[in-house]
Amino acid sequence: MTDYDIIIIGAGPAGMSAASVAANGGLDVLLLDEQPDAGGQVYRNIKQNETEKNWFGNDYSSGKHLVNAINCNKITKYFNATVWRVEKNKRVIWSHNGESKISAASHIVLATGAQERPFPFPGWTLPGVMTVGSAQILMKSSGIFPKEAVLVGSGPLLYLVATQMIDANCPPKALLETQTLRMMMNSLIHLPKALLNMKSLIKGFMFIQKIKSAGVPRYKSVSRLKAQSSENGSIKFLFLHKGIRRSLTTKLLLIHQGVIPSTEISRSIGVDHSWNKSQLAFQPIIDKWGKTNIDGIYIAGDCAGINGSNAAVLYGKKVATKILYETGKVSFYFYTKQSLCIRTRLFFTNSVRLFLDTIFAVPQEILLPSDETIVCRCEEKTVGEVKLGLNEGICGVRQLKTSIRSGMGLCQGRMCDATIRSIMLHNTSQDDKTILAPKARSPLKPITLGEMSKIKKD
Amino acid sequence: MKPDSKFDTLVKNTKDVNFTLFGEVVTAPKGSTLAAVILSHSGDTFRQTETGALRSAFCMMGVCFECLVEVNGNQNTQSCMILIEDKMVVKRQVGLRQIEICEND
Repeated sequence: MTDYDIIIIGAGPAGMSAASVAANGGLDVLLLDEQPDAGGQVYRNIKQNETEKNWFGNDYSSGKHLVNAINCNKITKYFNATVWRVEKNKRVIWSHNGESKISAASHIVLATGAQERPFPFPGWTLPGVMTVGSAQILMKSSGIFPKEAVLVGSGPLLYLVATQMIDANCPPKALLETQTLRMMMNSLIHLPKALLNMKSLIKGFMFIQKIKSAGVPRYKSVSRLKAQSSENGSIKFLFLHKGIRRSLTTKLLLIHQGVIPSTEISRSIGVDHSWNKSQLAFQPIIDKWGKTNIDGIYIAGDCAGINGSNAAVLYGKKVATKILYETGKVSFYFYTKQSLCIRTRLFFTNSVRLFLDTIFAVPQEILLPSDETIVCRCEEKTVGEVKLGLNEGICGVRQLKTSIRSGMGLCQGRMCDATIRSIMLHNTSQDDKTILAPKARSPLKPITLGEMSKIKKD
Repeated sequence: MKPDSKFDTLVKNTKDVNFTLFGEVVTAPKGSTLAAVILSHSGDTFRQTETGALRSAFCMMGVCFECLVEVNGNQNTQSCMILIEDKMVVKRQVGLRQIEICEND
């Protein structure tokens, strides 16, 4: 039994574009998202911010047409809807207002996007340390802006949020970059290809110019990061800069180290995953149409590898076009023409990616934090404890979980899987090929047994 | 004394939801997530871990589970994932979720 033609999980750029293309082609769509409204994190709260002062730039405003396009009667939308189980037979079980429902479809598109990479250093669990992405979410969805925050880390989002804070007249107190000269040198080889996406490069350049002209102090190539709690809930942030140990005191330390795909759903259904060496993250293996090894399960957008929101929109369109063709809704001519056009645009959009991955590489001290650093925030386990376990012969994430409980907390490994993998890589004889993507199991988000027991069968 | 908020409120929305936050009655704009209201209200922490460490919201998108509070008696509620409602009672969560034992059984 199928209730819909397609169930799309995630109403960000990829999910919204897939939904509107599929609905325009005549398919019945169920669109689920766990946030209060459409937009994903990139276009978060865009509907409400339309009339507000525009601190967020033109890229953000461009999300409006995507949100408008999903207002059509072929698309059934649920927000605050948490998907906690997806089955190979294309059933999706999701929780909404304390009740769980089962929906089935002939096709499922996963468009779950990305999360920020865990950025462990001593003190990263202290109150007053938040992610740069979280600050941007607060700016977009609640109109509250960080007061004299210190920004630290690496990646395009770091600069974007810094400029948005400057525009909103709440400039950062300082910008600390973990990027090293070596990373910049390594990226030069990818620069010629990146020139094909000149627009992105110019945008990045403009961000840095704005930060410079606003007079925000910048510290480059910082290392040996450490946060301590100070009086009145402030943070004393210690770091090494040009061989000198420095410290800054701030109310709010915002950290960022790029983003990684959210693969919980794809891993839980048994989609094959591979290790992306340049992005240092697991990603599902998909063909050029977004198809996985499981019949009827498709993946689009950043949850299949980080390429940014513009690419995600195109991936969403591509997947939906493929499904339209497979269900006989469009002609072969339309499908070929459409997909050729999308793939050409993707080629240019993605040409900048390797350059960005290399210039904003993850520093070694984040991959292998010092022993005192908490790696698993939920269970409060340190790097030292994980290493000790590995030295005593624990092999694999599963044994680590059962013996020292790292990765067993409520976040289900979302905040530690990435770091534990790199610790395993450097402390055992395993290599890139033998360390497999950790298993994910339903319920993918905590749910009460009471709610589970009340699921009504169709 | 509770510390000042680490955030400035730039967009002044109408305030029309009243609820109890950590024992204090607060008024906040409709449509805000609970975590955002806690952060803009004061610099107070959200919860204490099992070992007594203090924690506050971290990712604001439902990934990290640091912003757990007790809402209307429901422990382990992710405050970044719910919107505020009138007459809501929000308490700080201390330690792990407690299991209620039914005496009738």
